[in-house]
Amino acid sequence: MTHLFISGAKGEKPRSDLRVKYTPSKKPLSISVKSTIDTLFGKAIKQQTEDICKDLQVRTGTIEIEDFGALPFVIAARLEAAIKQAHPELQVASLPPMMDFCMYASSRARFRRSRLYLPGNQSKLMLNAGIHKPDCIILDLEDSVSPSEKEDTRYIVRNALRSLDFFGAERMVRINQGELGIKDLEFVVPHNVHLILIPKVESGEEIKLIDERIAEISKGCGRKEPVFLMPIIESGRGVLKALEIAEASKNNVALAIGLEDYTADLGVPRTEEGKESFFARSMIVNAARAAGIQAIDTVYSDVSNEVGLRESVREAKSIGFDGKGCIHPRQIKPIHEEFAPSMEQIEKAKKVTLAFDEAEKKGLGVVSLGSKMIDPPVVKRALHTIELAIASNLLNPDWKN
Amino acid sequence: MMKVKMIKNAVDRMVPTIVNGIKQTPFQGIGKYKPQGNKAVLPIRSCSDYPADGNKVVKSLEVALKKCGLIDGMTLSSHHHFRNGDLVMNKVFDIAAKQGVKGLRWFPSAAFPCHKPVIDHMKNGVVDWVEGSLNGPIGDYTSHGNMNGTAVLRSHGGRWQAVQDGEVHIDIAVIAAPTADAFGNATGDRGPSACGLLGFGLVDSIYAEKVIVVTDNLVPFPCVPWQIQGQNVDYVVVLDKVGEPEKIVSGTTKLTKSPDRLYIAELTAKFVQAAGIIKDGFSFQAGAGGTALAFAIFLKEMMKNAGVKARFIRGGSTKYLVEMLEEGLTDFILDGQTFDLEGVRSMRENSGHVNTSPFTSYNWHGKGNFASMLDVVVLGATEVDVNFNANVVTHSDGKMLHGIGGWQNCLFSKCTILPIPAFRNRIPVIVDEVTTLVGPGELIDVIVTERGIVINPLRKDLLKATKNSGLPIRKIEDIKAEIDELIGGPPEKPKVTDDVIGIVKWVDGTVIDSIYKIKD
Repeated sequence: MTHLFISGAKGEKPRSDLRVKYTPSKKPLSISVKSTIDTLFGKAIKQQTEDICKDLQVRTGTIEIEDFGALPFVIAARLEAAIKQAHPELQVASLPPMMDFCMYASSRARFRRSRLYLPGNQSKLMLNAGIHKPDCIILDLEDSVSPSEKEDTRYIVRNALRSLDFFGAERMVRINQGELGIKDLEFVVPHNVHLILIPKVESGEEIKLIDERIAEISKGCGRKEPVFLMPIIESGRGVLKALEIAEASKNNVALAIGLEDYTADLGVPRTEEGKESFFARSMIVNAARAAGIQAIDTVYSDVSNEVGLRESVREAKSIGFDGKGCIHPRQIKPIHEEFAPSMEQIEKAKKVTLAFDEAEKKGLGVVSLGSKMIDPPVVKRALHTIELAIASNLLNPDWKN
Repeated sequence: MMKVKMIKNAVDRMVPTIVNGIKQTPFQGIGKYKPQGNKAVLPIRSCSDYPADGNKVVKSLEVALKKCGLIDGMTLSSHHHFRNGDLVMNKVFDIAAKQGVKGLRWFPSAAFPCHKPVIDHMKNGVVDWVEGSLNGPIGDYTSHGNMNGTAVLRSHGGRWQAVQDGEVHIDIAVIAAPTADAFGNATGDRGPSACGLLGFGLVDSIYAEKVIVVTDNLVPFPCVPWQIQGQNVDYVVVLDKVGEPEKIVSGTTKLTKSPDRLYIAELTAKFVQAAGIIKDGFSFQAGAGGTALAFAIFLKEMMKNAGVKARFIRGGSTKYLVEMLEEGLTDFILDGQTFDLEGVRSMRENSGHVNTSPFTSYNWHGKGNFASMLDVVVLGATEVDVNFNANVVTHSDGKMLHGIGGWQNCLFSKCTILPIPAFRNRIPVIVDEVTTLVGPGELIDVIVTERGIVINPLRKDLLKATKNSGLPIRKIEDIKAEIDELIGGPPEKPKVTDDVIGIVKWVDGTVIDSIYKIKD
């Protein structure tokens, strides 16, 4: 009996994707390519397929490709996925070159005002995601990917991490829950992922498990930089364990809340007003602050409602959140604008910062502005406001001169 | 299709010296070619040959065509204000087929997918070839070398030029009119099939040997306003329905939802602002196409914030431009074609919404044009090369799929911007050499892509004005290299034969490039 292994886009006319059908057999390898852009790239696709089969030591069977204008990194991913469905024992991989522009680093305290979710199997949404300048880009392996596509998607996400320029955005991946998620790590940790989002966390133990696995993989591939973690709390239990979770790893840089699952767990509808989730969100903020990390709010899912989005960001900011999730690039700008400090706040922060500099210069332990003494928390907040103002293009980084 | 002598023109493209039996002049450079002699003329008419009571209604299209003396080899013309909703021209060719007429030339201002049945009339010999913008199936049919004659692609202005300097003589013009009177006065702005204006049919009404006005809304004399004058009309025919105005809203006139296109549109508006173009009394044109429409919306916000009012906007009008007019952000819309029904309504209701024609805006043989007075125009393109030459008629695989429209004519504005994605699917838009050269690079000032803005080095003024704007201004070669890397190297060249299946005219009537048959 012959088996057919398929990796590919669903639907009649997908764009920037392809379908690969691999039928293992004893016969010498035969490759056929059909493409909507056959005239322009038919030969290149055939050549790439031959090269990848060589990398993966596939010498027999039939490969049929139906292409709809996929980029080379997607073709490579789908091919490898289909072949490995048939030969899960294969140890070799066919990695696209790691581009220089994929090699930048992240930092613990960077801004995470906006994080853009991109389904890991929709490569066309990834190509230009970085030009919209979100603070973070999430290649999602979890909820936006159907169970049957989980494995194939790992290859696309891995290849995207090596091939696409995200123009300075923090490079994040949301892994799956449990065993699946632990396995996901192998596909992203060696490829300069900056941060792993861990879904539906309910205990510190889960974080430690993931942290350990990351350490092992890092050691194996010679990765020196830490992989940051952002646990997402999405249940009553998780909320009550928020502090334990936030303090579970030194690699935690932020704590996030996911309200769709949380409200489902409570058995209540999710409302625009959000009375049902106020306690949970407040817990997240307090736990994050206690652990010295950022607190990140859920996504606003009505893409066409900019007014509602802005209102929701203002509310999140007012109760202490540092960031908001987004599911469409058009949400990024409003989020950044709403997180930006007011001109009045900036002016005040400038004065405090200058007074702080002055005190430092003179070696004074106490910062004062005029006749008033300034408390350390006020100084800290002022420095943060200045950074935020610069990130929001409201203040020249060189403002002191 | 016959082998003819090819000659290299001023932009190094090989072009045929004879097309459809007519001697051609190769492109000589912008503003170089000025033909001498007199404009085309018609035989002298006498009003006593026409009904004194002004009633030119005949009982059917069949009768009208017969009275016009329809015979083999004639040229029939039509306008495309109904875009994909025209219901008249397929009937005309069906009648011609029934009357046993062969070898016609159809000279529309544009053909649309709804004209697919004309392909059958080309197969059965009723229509010899189509000379006009070829969108969709007829373009595809022609690309494969199936049309008898050679396609001649002209701009809207080029169509006036060709008629005025006698290159094309129209035997019978068929003008579909949403409202008309029995004398032949006609308008597009009212009636059940209202499509806005009839500007593309104006030249036909003035220069055709015989003119038939076809309407589904006959009103008692006088039909006011008269966009087409009854004095030029021979016969009036009444049909049940001449067009489906809801189909004038084609895919190219919907606002984009793509975040990348919106980003490009916003960047374009920011560039226009940084270049100092947005000021009281300025003018712009933003045509159909999702990105151009979004550009107009971003521009509107900037104008409102800056408290600036435009003197005029040139249409294709859409509801977005109408909103600007009705909110007092411009004094006038000078409209060449209405792209949606809000445009039609506004033209009827707003005195500041003025109907124009290619004669006012685009004609090489006019004593000036509105197009060159525009402060800024945004246009699309299928490809742009590193020398800023652009293509709008073929795709990178060599297939002819679009007409030129007013595109070439608009290049003469004070600042011509092409907001285009740097790649579509896997296909790069910035290439080493365009497949078909439709617009010379020296007229294309700015290219805005999602990967950055490119300013033509010839425009030192724009470079200087935007130098410290903080906008991502880059070299075209850099963006090209970035995209080529992403897509895995530039694509292969289209596979074409030596057979010329179409030519692209420049606005002055010279031949700027050739389109070749696709290898099947």
